[in-house]
Amino acid sequence: MEFSNRYIVGFALALCLVCSLAVSTTAVALKDRQAANALLDMQTQICRVSGMIAADAKPSAEEAAQMFSTIKVLKFSPDTGEVLGEMPFDPKAIIKASKDAATSHPASTDAASRARVSKIPKELMILKITDPENPCYVFLIWGNGLWSTMYGYIALEPDLKTVKGITFYEQGETAGLGGEIVNPNWVAQWPGKKVFDDSGKVILDVTKFGQVKDSSYQVDGISGATITSVAVGATVQAWFADEAYGKFLKKEGE
Amino acid sequence: MQKETKDILFGPIHLKNPITLQVLGICSALAVTTQLEPALVMSAALTFVLVGSNVTVSLLRNKIPGSIRVITQLAIIASLVILADQIMKAFLFDVSKQLSVFVGLIITNCIVMGRAEAFAMANPPMKSALDGLGNSLGYSAILIIVGFFRELLGSGKLLGHVVMPTVNNGGWYNPNGLMVLSPGAFFIIGLIIWAQRSYSGELQEDEN
Repeated sequence: MEFSNRYIVGFALALCLVCSLAVSTTAVALKDRQAANALLDMQTQICRVSGMIAADAKPSAEEAAQMFSTIKVLKFSPDTGEVLGEMPFDPKAIIKASKDAATSHPASTDAASRARVSKIPKELMILKITDPENPCYVFLIWGNGLWSTMYGYIALEPDLKTVKGITFYEQGETAGLGGEIVNPNWVAQWPGKKVFDDSGKVILDVTKFGQVKDSSYQVDGISGATITSVAVGATVQAWFADEAYGKFLKKEGE
Repeated sequence: MQKETKDILFGPIHLKNPITLQVLGICSALAVTTQLEPALVMSAALTFVLVGSNVTVSLLRNKIPGSIRVITQLAIIASLVILADQIMKAFLFDVSKQLSVFVGLIITNCIVMGRAEAFAMANPPMKSALDGLGNSLGYSAILIIVGFFRELLGSGKLLGHVVMPTVNNGGWYNPNGLMVLSPGAFFIIGLIIWAQRSYSGELQEDEN
């Protein structure tokens, strides 16, 4: 069948219009629901890692919001080591700030280069859990594994020297190997690990599978996922360095 | 008509299976089958897209100018994939997190474009819908078989429920690490093709 050029252009335009209308209508209509899902997922993970709820608990949106309302979100400046007051909970804004040279500093530690964390934002977010039964601090961290950037939270006891838990809310490591960093059994190794040695150096680390020499600060890696495991160790070290959360840990820790 | 309908609908499950015979859609068959649940959801998403695109393309088949027919098909498929992705993010958040990019990659799944170009462009909507459904069933059947064996042998579970307690968790089963990697899916698909061809003689190639 032969069509005139005018018809072809008209057809293409009409098709584009219909398709874009369908896509944008759905996107707008479902946006609130999707954002609510993502927020609930993140709140759930933070509540889990801080021990406010059990590791397999699934709170409803209301329960999560209720628990979350007791958390203080501190704005922290890694340069001065001062807490600058409180801020709204917005991890995306922090991650975005790390991509802009105006709102971040280049990262300089060896751990940061191993985790391929190139910039540290000038303003960081620290969550202070005020729940009297589970007082702790939760820190947003991210670093690159084998394939993907792994975004997560690590919780420290109020002494700021001991790990309470770790969780990754977004990662794209190999399912079944590196992806096991979200496996509750692997994560269960973390609580109780020491962050610093006596001289104040960050020693918390993840080793290759089966290479743990001192389990007071070393976490055993995942068999078959050495690159991911070691990158998690480097990520944690990069974020607990003085150029990131380090000054807060040393100042506020007893 | 009765026989023809049956052929269109059930042919792709066995003798015209898109994965094991046409060897299309292999990428997602490897990627989302480490567990059964994402395999099921992926199958549902592909069914939605394939039936939708086949019907739409078929309805427009006399209106689509030949010179831009492939990009027209792609625009329709891409829109449907985005719809599926958005709906999953809103209603099946946990699974959509697991499937991540692979929902978006349905766009590049050769089965969808292949059926639009080869069947829907030349057949009425009802038949095209059946063809889409049939091919989705064929794809789903393979995904489910592969997902079943990979989850069972790779992590000792089915749909997340422990079937064979693994050594890591204090059980007796030593999971087969190969099964959670992509080559595991290749082996299983290869075995399925072998079984299928031995079973039905007409698929075997003549020996030289």
